[in-house]
Amino acid sequence: MLHYTEKIREIAGRLLKQGVVDVFIGYRKGSVPMMNNPLLIRDPGSTDLLYWDSNCALNLCNYLTGRKDRIGIVATGCVSRNIVTHIVENQISRSQLYVVGIPCTGMISHRAVIRAVGGREIIEFEEQGERFLVRGRDFEEIFEKNDFLQSNCAVCRYPNPVLYDEMLGERVPGYEGDDVYRDVEKVEQMSSEDRRGFFSRMISRCIRCYACRDACPLCYCPTCFVDESRPQWVGKSIDPVDTMTFHLLRAFHCAGRCTDCGACERACPMGIPVRQFTKKLNKDVQELFSWEAGLGLEQRPPLDVYRQDDYDGFIR
Amino acid sequence: MLLKNLLEHIGLEPGRLHFSWISSAEAAKFVEVANEVNQVVEELGPARFLVKRKARVA
Repeated sequence: MLHYTEKIREIAGRLLKQGVVDVFIGYRKGSVPMMNNPLLIRDPGSTDLLYWDSNCALNLCNYLTGRKDRIGIVATGCVSRNIVTHIVENQISRSQLYVVGIPCTGMISHRAVIRAVGGREIIEFEEQGERFLVRGRDFEEIFEKNDFLQSNCAVCRYPNPVLYDEMLGERVPGYEGDDVYRDVEKVEQMSSEDRRGFFSRMISRCIRCYACRDACPLCYCPTCFVDESRPQWVGKSIDPVDTMTFHLLRAFHCAGRCTDCGACERACPMGIPVRQFTKKLNKDVQELFSWEAGLGLEQRPPLDVYRQDDYDGFIR
Repeated sequence: MLLKNLLEHIGLEPGRLHFSWISSAEAAKFVEVANEVNQVVEELGPARFLVKRKARVA
């Protein structure tokens, strides 16, 4: 995906010079390997900072919320779906946006790579087509990109932007298997007791830093429920019940809105698979409401409308 | 439904959480539902999951 870098720089320069947009949002190479940072530029002279490879997994839609200017933005499939959600939720208007679409072949899980080199420090990362090379002080290894995709990218059905003004390449095929929710199903098959243990162990490492929330483009409330103290909705300690309450509510706030972009999981400093919560909701929303978030501007989200045939078997 | 599914997915016992819609004119239904909830929850015993006993301080 490296070759998109030049195109992105060129388009950003053009848009800024011609005054089509006031600001351009993309990524720049991170100061640490495999950690590209979001970048906002206004000066057409600094487009050289823009960069693109398979480590651009934070969700740029996060930086659109409430902006009043005209924005150029780089968008993969999931980012574009979040942009659609933002438009549907009136956080930004379509006319402000110039979307540069990227057919995405998936992002690399930096954690999987670090595991593969036995936790040794990686000081250089280089993408070479379908392969990538990592270099440390005393080692050098080449891996196949497809073996190291983020787990959400590995089963991504919408790698192509659903909304764009300009597309940077040919469309790529999405995942076609019917086992997208295999991980959730596996947990569903466990006993109630086992699931309780599974989730409790999973979040026991949580340090309540709220990086998952901050990375999520859906979490744009001016004051998050976890930060409020009058009233205090949830305890601010790392008591397991408080932590579980946080994760449950964070996930539930994303119900019917989550695009499974994986930004939360990527941002988690403790490597907690927090998508286990949101993905269960995605699965249920699809089963109960035949809904997947961010696929079109016309439809209202399921939790935003009432339909006579809404499932109500649980209410007495 | 989504909330109920999520809570039961993470290990809340089925039967702990009930939903109903009762009008102020439906006294009989209220009694019925209250008794039923009471009975089901009593069978489950005291809640152990998601109960914060005491703040743990270092």
